This record gives sequence, structure tokens and C-alpha cells, in this order.
Amino acid sequence: MNIVVFIKQVVATTNVKLDPETGTMIRDGVECILNPFDEYAVEEALRIKEKMGGKVTVVTMGPPQAKEIIRKTIGMGVDEGILISDRALAGSDTWATAYTLSQVLKKIGDYQLVITGKQAVDGDTAQVGPEVAACEGLPMIAWVRKIEEISETSIRAERLMEDGYDVLESPLPALISVVKEINEPRLESLRGKMKAKKYEPKVWGVADMPGFDVAQVGLKGSPTKVFKTFTPKRQYKGEMIAGDAAQAAATLVGKIKEMNIV
Amino acid sequence: MNYFLTEEQQMIVDTARELALTKIKPIREKYDEEGIFPWDIVKEMSGADMMGLYIPEEYGGLGGGVFELCLAVEELSKICGGISLAMAATALGTFPILLFGSEEQKKQYLPDIAAGKKLAAFGLTEANAGSDVGNMTTTAVRAGDEYVLNGTKQWITNGGEAETYTIIAMTNKAKGTRGATAFIVEKGTPGFEFGKKENKMGIRASATRELIFTNCRVPAKNILSKEGMGFIVAVNTLNNSRPGVAAQALGIAAGALDEAVNYSRQRVQFDQPISSIQAVQHMLANMATEVEASRALIYAAARTIDAGEKSFAKISAMSKLFASEVAMRVTTDAVQVMGGYGYMKEYPVEKMMRDAKITQIYEGTSQIQRNEIALQLIKEAAKAAK
Ligand SMILES: Cc1cc2nc3c(=O)[nH]c(=O)nc-3n(C[C@H](O)[C@H](O)[C@H](O)COP(=O)(O)OP(=O)(O)OC[C@H]3O[C@@H](n4cnc5c(N)ncnc54)[C@H](O)[C@@H]3O)c2cc1C
Ligand SMILES: Cc1cc2nc3c(=O)[nH]c(=O)nc-3n(C[C@H](O)[C@H](O)[C@H](O)COP(=O)(O)OP(=O)(O)OC[C@H]3O[C@@H](n4cnc5c(N)ncnc54)[C@H](O)[C@@H]3O)c2cc1C
Repeated sequence: MNIVVFIKQVVATTNVKLDPETGTMIRDGVECILNPFDEYAVEEALRIKEKMGGKVTVVTMGPPQAKEIIRKTIGMGVDEGILISDRALAGSDTWATAYTLSQVLKKIGDYQLVITGKQAVDGDTAQVGPEVAACEGLPMIAWVRKIEEISETSIRAERLMEDGYDVLESPLPALISVVKEINEPRLESLRGKMKAKKYEPKVWGVADMPGFDVAQVGLKGSPTKVFKTFTPKRQYKGEMIAGDAAQAAATLVGKIKEMNIV
Repeated sequence: MNYFLTEEQQMIVDTARELALTKIKPIREKYDEEGIFPWDIVKEMSGADMMGLYIPEEYGGLGGGVFELCLAVEELSKICGGISLAMAATALGTFPILLFGSEEQKKQYLPDIAAGKKLAAFGLTEANAGSDVGNMTTTAVRAGDEYVLNGTKQWITNGGEAETYTIIAMTNKAKGTRGATAFIVEKGTPGFEFGKKENKMGIRASATRELIFTNCRVPAKNILSKEGMGFIVAVNTLNNSRPGVAAQALGIAAGALDEAVNYSRQRVQFDQPISSIQAVQHMLANMATEVEASRALIYAAARTIDAGEKSFAKISAMSKLFASEVAMRVTTDAVQVMGGYGYMKEYPVEKMMRDAKITQIYEGTSQIQRNEIALQLIKEAAKAAK
């Protein structure tokens, strides 16, 4: 079973600061880590490999510094890492990211399962996984909390829902996104760390992917247009409703209707 | 302090620290309270390649030495000196094979220990043979190409949990110090059973049990070195492993120091953090100085051994004596700095104080270490005078 895991480098969440002038994230001197959800994705891939054999490849699209998160996963036991890095990709939104990753899958070719995190803790859209699946026409199971059964040709998994879980079965190849309930990621082993220190991931630019349409990526190719980014001001405005309980309730219902909340 | 660790040694420290903080810290109180053997943590240690730090690469280890073992034991013991013992006592049980095993024995036993699939233990002590090991009564009598073992070993760390045991038994009482022999005995050998699990003051997550041999037949090929070499195997094993106990003591002390310093900055009395009270500061300063001195001595001892020096019994005993005495003082003072809170189980220092005590007792009490150091001193002086 060959498994591809998409991983993203994110800012350690407790440190996020926005530039009050431009509204963009201040990245200078900020510690970057492997997106925590992607760590669960890598762990799950390694567990499947330990059971079934095969190979685990991680792919990240990002700047050269993103090699560090690839090295971390090599330390955990991943076989190969690919960094997708190219000036043409700068400013890509989730759609452009997903398009790029789908082209990566085309080039890799021989895989049975793709795993992503539920979402990235900084961008937070949870769109990339589903979009990649859509681009490639892959069946997708989101929010997987447990893989009940997996073979070379099919997967049965539990999808975490707010009020319980669904059991879904899909043929392979397929794409799944995982939640933190799925496992407890291992530490990097000493041998892994030693290997990782010397490890140089493959680096692919857009030219390395045959048929890549540059018009689909970068700031220009991204359908998302950011008009303004700002930190919303918290406004607490309360109103005390007078009267006895029945009277107050009637007034409250009236106000809710008035505000078109329900 | 800069101890000039290599990149690999620093990696060992970092890995052990991460493991201790993320895996051991959340469970140490429960495992201590309920006396749970930390198999889940042993699995984590194996997964991180830590069980074979001191075992040569050709037998599946990482090829380090006593120093690498000490670095890991220190880090783990900062968080729990009981759980770290699963690894440290395995090293104690493995040293006889490393030091005296034949190529065949090494090939047979070391890879599983290095991979963390099996734990090891060392069985020397008996009810009436503690400091006075020569008084042991467990016997091994030759019968064809087997030996028949009878007797009971007491207070054996990892007892019942380990698969591979090195046992010292008397093969010829009349020969005195040349009358003992070391055997490798595997769990499951008929006639080899375990007694009750001890209920201890500290290191409660470690298993301490009796090993009971009743007409237990062990193949002669399981002898380490030769018949009659048992005490030599034991003495050399202890000389190599004592810095590991010292590292356990150091870790416990360093962990207690950290707790005490952090607490002193939070605790306000008389409108000021107690860290601004000079009497408290001086206590912390003494603790920190002793911890650092203990570290320097242990690292020196471990590096001396790994460098292949011939005689290291003295520095090995010194490191164990000093570090264990420091651990007892520092943990007691950590409780003192933290006052009544330090005495409560909600804080980890009372456990550290209980855990520290054993380091002054096993692998030779502090008194026995002093005997050993003095003996070496006198020998050296006699040699110089010739
Ligand atoms: C409104 C908006 C504007 C943006 N503008 C810009 C911009 O101008 N410039 C810019 O650089 N970025 C920009 N971004 C960020 C960028 O689009 C996203 O960070 C990126 O596409 C991933 O989306 P996400 O972080 O929401 O990931 P999610 O969709 O939440 O991630 C889900 C999973 O997809 C995978 N994944 C996500 N991203 C990657 C990746 N890069 N490589 C490999 N796997 C991945 C991971 O497995 C992850 O767990 C913008 C984002 C938003 C929401
Ligand atoms: C938790 C635990 C784990 C252990 N694990 C192991 C293990 O894995 N393998 C193993 O073989 N053993 C193990 N032991 C045994 C341990 O090594 C002995 O307890 C230790 O050697 C001391 O022996 P003793 O307890 O019989 O004390 P004793 O020898 O009875 O000593 C009692 C007191 O007399 C003093 N004393 C005795 N003789 C002298 C002397 N000649 N000079 C000065 N003072 C002296 C001692 O210092 C001590 O203060 C363990 C013990 C414990 C408590």
C-alpha cells in the first residue's frame, strides 16, 4: 500500500500576531511547526504501512524552510518527502493549493491512499483535502476517527460527527482527512532523527509536473480575493429586559424575530 | 554548563526529555500510587530506540556506552526515578552479557534487549546476602551438561517483568570467592518462579520481586565466562552500572531542584515571593551547586569507563556515593522549600524524596561504596610506595 500524506507547515498557534497596518500575519521570527492534525495523518499512514507494507510519502507545498517539517516526519519513519516550492505558487489560495497538490498526485501516480489533516490550524479552512479529492475525482471520507478495516482495494472508516459517527466504506484509491481522536502520534526515534538530519527531500517546481497550468495558481490564479484582513473588535452590548417571566419572554421572542435570527 | 556533548548525545537528551515530559509526566503519580509497571512507557522507549543505547550496533543497539545510558537515565529520572529504572535495571542485567558473554550468547540475547522486546534483570542479593554477597546460599550443581539451581534471590528489580536474568549462584562453596558462577536464565525455564511483589517506599512503578529456583535446570552453555567467575562477573557488572544509578539519583535531584525553584517564584509569604528570602535562596544555591557537582562527577566516571580505562572501580563508586547522597539532601530540601505543599501528594517532590532513598541502598549501600573507595585508595598508595 503506497500512501501519500499532505502536510503543512503552520505557525505555532499561541504565537500568532497580526500586523495592525497590513492585517497580515507576522511570520518573522515566529516558530513554525508541523500542522498538528497532519501529525495524526502521518502516524496513521505509518501504522497502515506497518501492517500492510508499502511506502509512505509526505508532500508539502511551501517555502524552502518547510523542509524542516518533512525532516520531522522522516524522523517518525516516513520513507520519502517532497517539497513543492516555486515562485509561481506564491499567494496561492486553497483552490490553487489543491490544484497543485492534485498535479503532484498525478505525477506520483502509484498510490492507494491519500491522507490529510482535518484542517490547518492557521488557515483553518479545511478545504484543501476535499478540493484535492474533487480535482482528482477521488472518493473522500472526511474527519476519520478510526479506520475499521483496510485492504489494497477498499477502506471502511468511522467519520466523526457532532452527534456520534458514521461508518463509510469506499473503494481505493481514496482520500481521507483525519481528526485527533484517531491515534496518538509517536515520538521521533533516535535512528529516525539521525537519518532525518542528513535527509534532503526532493524539491519539485511547477516545471517538474507535466501539464501543469500555471494560470491556475499564484495570486493571479486564485479565485479568493482578500479585500481586508482585520482583527474583529469584540463588542459586548447587552440589554436588560424588565417585567415578570412571561412578559419578558414575550418581549425577547419579539426582539429575536425583529433581528431575523430565527 | 557545557559538557561538550556530541550531536548524537544531545539528540539522546532531547528525545529522553520529550518522552519524559509527554509520556511519563502525565502518568507518574498514578503509577507510583498504584505500583503499575510501566510497560506502555517501555514501548515508547523502544520505539524511540532508547533501550539499546549502550549496546553495540552489531547486536542491534545504538553503539553508545555508559555515558549515553547515563544521559538518558538522568533525563527520564528528572520526571520519574521509578519508571526510568525499567531501563536502568535492564542495563544492570545486560552488562554481564556485554562484558562476559561469548559471541554466541551476545548474538542470542542482545538484539531483543536492544530492540526493547525483552527486559533484563540481575539476581545477586538474597535474604541473608545483601552487602555480604559471599554469604549467598543459592546453589548450582552440575548434572551432565546442565546445572541444577536451587535457592531464592530477593528484591530483584524487573523481577517477573524481565525475560532475561543473570543469576549468581554458588557452584563450590569451599572455593570462597572463586566458588560462584554467573548464569543466564530465561523466564519460563521450568523450576524458575517469582515470589511476591514488594510494597515499597519509593520507585513504586518499578517491580521488585523474589526469584525462586527449585531444581531449575539450566544448560551449561548459559554460563557467563567460566565456572568460578561469578563474583568477578558481579563486581565488574556493578563497577560498570553504578554510574547509571548515580544518573538516576542525579535526575531525581535535578527534577526536585526545578520544582523547588519554580515554586519559590510563585509562593508569596510576607508580601513577597519566597524566592526573595535569602534563607530560601541559600538553600536553592546549595542544592544547585551539589546537583552540578554530582553531574560533573558522573559524566567524568562514565567517560572514563567508555574511554577504556582499566581501573575505574573508585570513580564509579564515588559517583554513586556522591550523587545518591546529594539526591537525598536535595529532595529533602526541595520539600523544605515548598513547606506543607511539598509534603502533599499533589506536588511531585514528596515522591522524589521517597524515590531518592533507594539510590543510597541498592547496588551497594553508601557505606559499601566508601569501603570500596577506601580500599582502592589504600591499594593505590601501596602500589605507589613499592
Ligand atoms: C482568505 C485567505 C487568503 C489567503 N491568502 C493567501 C495569500 O495571499 N498568500 C498565501 O501564501 N496564502 C494565503 N492563504 C493561505 C493559503 O491559501 C492556505 O493556507 C492554504 O491553501 C491551505 O489552506 P488551509 O490553511 O486552510 O488548510 P486546510 O484546508 O485547513 O488544510 C487541510 C489539510 O490540507 C493539507 N494541506 C493544506 N495546505 C497544504 C500545503 N500547503 N501543502 C500540503 N498540504 C496542505 C494538510 O493535510 C491539511 O491538514 C490564504 C488563505 C485564506 C483563507
Ligand atoms: C528496591 C530494591 C531493589 C533492588 N534491586 C536489586 C536487584 O535488581 N538485584 C540485586 O541483586 N539486588 C537488588 N537489591 C538489593 C540491594 O542491592 C541490597 O538491598 C543492598 O545491597 C543492601 O543489602 P541489604 O539490604 O541486605 O542491607 P545489609 O547488607 O543488611 O545492610 C544493612 C546496613 O548495614 C550496613 N553495612 C553492612 N555491611 C557493612 C559493612 N561491611 N561496612 C559498613 N556498613 C555495612 C549497610 O550499609 C546498611 O546500612 C534491591 C534492593 C531494593 C531495596
